[in-house]
Amino acid sequence: MATAAEVLNASEDRRIGPKPGAMALTVRVRRFNPEVSQDSWWDEWTVHVDPLDRLVEVLHQIKWHHDGTLSFRRSCAHGICGSDAMLINGRNQLACKVLAEDVGPKVTIEPIRGLSVLKDLIVDMDPFMDDIRSVLPYLINDSGEPDKERRQSPEDRHRYDDTTKCILCACCTTSCPVFWGDGGYVGPAAIVNAHRFIFDSRDEGGRERMKILSEKTGVFRCRTTFNCTDACPRGIEVTKAIQEVKRAILFERF
Amino acid sequence: MTTTHTYDALVVGAGGAGMRAAIELSDQVRTAVISKLYPTRSHTGAAQGGVCAALGNTEEDHPEWHAFDTVKGGDYLTDQPAAMLMTEEAIEAIYQLERWGLPFNRTPDGRIDQRRFGGHTANHGERPVRRACYAADRTGHMILQTLYQQCVKRNVRFFNEFYCLDLLRDDDGTTAGIVAYELATGELHVFRAKSVVFATGGYGRMFRVTSNAHALTGDGPAVVWRRGIPLEDMEMFQFHPTGLARLGVLLSEAARGEGGIVLNKDGERFMERYAPTIKDLAPRDVVSRAIYQEIREGRGAGPNGDWAYLDISHLDPRVIEEKLPDITEFARVYLKVEPTKEPVPIQPTAHYAMGGIPTDTDGRVVTGPTEEVVPGLYAAGECACVSVHGANRLGTNSLLDLVVFGRRAGDHAAVHAKETELPPLPDKPEQHTLEQLNGILGRTTGDNAADIRTELQDSMFDLAFVVRSEESLTKMESILTGLHDRYERVAITDKGAIYNTDLMETVELGYLLDCAEALVGSALARTESRGGHYREDHPLRDDANWLKHSLAYRTDDRSIRLEYKPVKMGPYIPMERKY
Repeated sequence: MATAAEVLNASEDRRIGPKPGAMALTVRVRRFNPEVSQDSWWDEWTVHVDPLDRLVEVLHQIKWHHDGTLSFRRSCAHGICGSDAMLINGRNQLACKVLAEDVGPKVTIEPIRGLSVLKDLIVDMDPFMDDIRSVLPYLINDSGEPDKERRQSPEDRHRYDDTTKCILCACCTTSCPVFWGDGGYVGPAAIVNAHRFIFDSRDEGGRERMKILSEKTGVFRCRTTFNCTDACPRGIEVTKAIQEVKRAILFERF
Repeated sequence: MTTTHTYDALVVGAGGAGMRAAIELSDQVRTAVISKLYPTRSHTGAAQGGVCAALGNTEEDHPEWHAFDTVKGGDYLTDQPAAMLMTEEAIEAIYQLERWGLPFNRTPDGRIDQRRFGGHTANHGERPVRRACYAADRTGHMILQTLYQQCVKRNVRFFNEFYCLDLLRDDDGTTAGIVAYELATGELHVFRAKSVVFATGGYGRMFRVTSNAHALTGDGPAVVWRRGIPLEDMEMFQFHPTGLARLGVLLSEAARGEGGIVLNKDGERFMERYAPTIKDLAPRDVVSRAIYQEIREGRGAGPNGDWAYLDISHLDPRVIEEKLPDITEFARVYLKVEPTKEPVPIQPTAHYAMGGIPTDTDGRVVTGPTEEVVPGLYAAGECACVSVHGANRLGTNSLLDLVVFGRRAGDHAAVHAKETELPPLPDKPEQHTLEQLNGILGRTTGDNAADIRTELQDSMFDLAFVVRSEESLTKMESILTGLHDRYERVAITDKGAIYNTDLMETVELGYLLDCAEALVGSALARTESRGGHYREDHPLRDDANWLKHSLAYRTDDRSIRLEYKPVKMGPYIPMERKY
């Protein structure tokens, strides 16, 4: 049996520093730093990576070994936390769900649109979160609490399953041309989070939410361009959810 | 410029435990949550398989059976009264989550559905039991979202992207608040409060292969450690057997709960040899060690022979689609493997810290062998050590821990805040933090933080992972000394005030080094094997000498000092751990 030290020796080649990858990837990033300039600029690096490396790790390689000022948000690095939404080759995606080989040999990365850029790829998420909060995104049920669980059939549970997957990454909302425009449209993500409760058989706040969403900032601003559905990294059928909320408001059925 | 804020209570961290505590607190006292991430970005959201409670919805079950499994799973280092409390309160905690809207999967008659999970058994080990309540393989995501929704409903005050850098204590050790760094502006903030609840999560990022988020750098444990609080059972770290090969991304134990099996390179279902009764559903430490054993005997898979396979290809595709959708997608996206048709390459991945800030069952931080209470200081969730997980946590018990003890810590912190006066601040409360940051910002040349972090992660993976020895740990200790020295000379390129993630990553690296030091020192001293801590030079459990919790203190000369306290026993007499 190998000792721990032998295991160490066997893995020596993996141990020190980033090893040169098999693939050259040119990364173009739109930069912005108000402490440096009021205008944005482009920087470009060519790095050697493994074809299966996630783009977020490519950005790390640049930050850690080429330019420490490059700033972006990230945490889980596998598509669950929703921190690293970026405009990657013209599409809103999570940098941790895009592999180098999917975008090589050259990739262009910009901040998501429609929210103020604060530094490099970091945008102001507060307006987005405020929109989410505006649709009362929590279960409303004042009919008294049962001793145990509320019952819900598997079919009723399935009815709103798709919209429970939202991770609030803003890929959908910031891909929406109506949201980019002026006018305070709450955006697809807020509607998804309203849908999640409107179609939950346990919830009693549907009418209140639909009143909010029937206002001029609500669902009827949607022009069904399907950008949101294309952009969702969780595969949520966002446009369909918006249409279902529209229909529920029109026919008061949900 | 420093801004001072005053609250009754603070919560540091906005994951499951932090938000659960905040819900309890904000109903009672003026509360603020300080979090380095936006609330729904926390790693609770990555938990997949389920949260256990003996609801008995699909078959007979009892909290006492759950308690037994938790104690045995923890290799008897679990404090038994805490485990019994947690498994009893589990039932109401789950119903509470459901009433707050958590979309659990349902049984045909509309109750919360339950499934099998590693180490959870009926009648003290007889057979696997359906105890894990779940929402597909997104249970943690649903808990995090549900708790956030309740915080929105209660209008909880969040300070997002604020990093806690120091704990403030008055002259007699009473908690007076914290110092935080605002990422957006680079400004320091002093938060005064009567109660402070740390809920900052784990520190798996000290290892190269980990399921943990980049943010999991041990901030809470390191901050309190530097202020004289010991860290308990730091050597007890869980290595989850089924991390996605190379990346370490978690593939839920639910895969095995639903019937998945682990194979070696010859396609042999080797767990039949290591745990003949419950096989692939053995606890995580057992399966991870079995994989290492297969690797060492030449039956490991992959280019370097250090992987195994997780096979779910024999399961009904509808089960995979309905119950394991996310992990299936991970395999497709990251390894380009189709799990419905072929086995998925896996390797053990650093997953969960059983150790952490010592607390009692009310979340109060306690120090020393006699468990002296630190007034006003609380901890909950992964950063805390109650200890309900002992030397090895059972799957699903982390989510349970954070709702049960998040609530209890929040509740007690509220009572404390109502009953006490605001303690005075120490002189120049932010001075220490300011010096620390200016030290890093002031150097124009020096060591690269990323190089130090890479060497830490690589060497911890090689020397302090599933298999350890005096030789490997001694070597790791000397590597850490070198890394600490280099850290003292670290220099960064970003000198700005706005979103200086370069600076914060460097601060986080300091936390990781401290947590690694406590882990390695505690592991070197513990000359036995128990749960997640396996010493090949001391392969057996040694109850005569080691049925006790480690407490690691930092000393002035940067070495560590160890104390021990007894395990709180109960009805379960330690016995050989067979599955």
